[in-house]
Amino acid sequence: MKIGVVTFPGSLDDVDARRAATLAGADAVALWHGDADLREVDAVVLPGGFSYGDYLRAGAISRFAPVMEKVIEGAREGLPVLGICNGFQVLCESHLLPGALIKNDHRKFICKDQRLRIENNGTSWTNGYDAGQEVTIVLKNQDGGFVADDETLDMLEGEGRVVARYVDGNPNGSYRDIAGITNERGNVVGLMPHPEHCVDTLTGPSTDGLTFFTSVLKATV
Amino acid sequence: MSTPRARVVVDVMLKPEILDPQGKAVHGAFGRLGFDGVADVRQGKRFEITLDGEATEERVAEIRKAAETLLANPVIEDFAVHVENGSVEDGPVEDGPVESVDEDAEQVEETVR
Repeated sequence: MKIGVVTFPGSLDDVDARRAATLAGADAVALWHGDADLREVDAVVLPGGFSYGDYLRAGAISRFAPVMEKVIEGAREGLPVLGICNGFQVLCESHLLPGALIKNDHRKFICKDQRLRIENNGTSWTNGYDAGQEVTIVLKNQDGGFVADDETLDMLEGEGRVVARYVDGNPNGSYRDIAGITNERGNVVGLMPHPEHCVDTLTGPSTDGLTFFTSVLKATV
Repeated sequence: MSTPRARVVVDVMLKPEILDPQGKAVHGAFGRLGFDGVADVRQGKRFEITLDGEATEERVAEIRKAAETLLANPVIEDFAVHVENGSVEDGPVEDGPVESVDEDAEQVEETVR
């Protein structure tokens, strides 16, 4: 089982994501934004960071990177894709997920241990959690406010496509406390908090994030 | 004499219903600096695109397509495309009858960060 992690210019968390994939028991494969080649991976992670310096809009330029052609093509055919933070922004800009991410409503960068409730444990990336399970996962973002029109929000909630919600307070102004969403098929997940930082108690507040990476192992067997 | 160049301008604004934290920060600074009577500030982006040759209808349509694809995210932003009057040579370009724009966008961003 190979999990590919894309590095864009300005990605920060690609190494942590590869490490998380390895700890979960997968082979981590480095993918390069400029290569339209997924190197036969079974799943892809778009990591956090500030790809292309967040120029224009966060994720707006990365979305047109050569590797994204293949990611978008694969995602439409069922390839599991997890976009974390900046990766979530790239997925929204790619229209693989609805909505968009704007600056935090309080205008400050945020970095904290965040409580989340896993609301959909049927996706490729969350099948190892219990439905309704609460976890602690690091949140660090500047453009973390998830927004969409009411119709889209109703659709996401109605179809059970809200993957995770913030609990104990909304940290960034995301509509309806949404921290993560999925596509119709459940293979593409976008998440603002960082599960790849929560795989080892030496460096994170919990190991709650590891389940995202072990889940996808089960999903692709 | 160089080839005439046309300038197409794309203005991008967050949709009215989307919160604009940067505009809010600027609005706050207005108050602190004593610029009173300002009800609201919204921050947008202006793209000045210089074309080789004339701004034909076809080419403006192409820019409109680029605006929709890249320059604006239609989920959260609206955009407007217009052609500036006169061709672009070495000198300053004469503005058409368009809305004024924020010249200090870069400085504004500094303030926010």
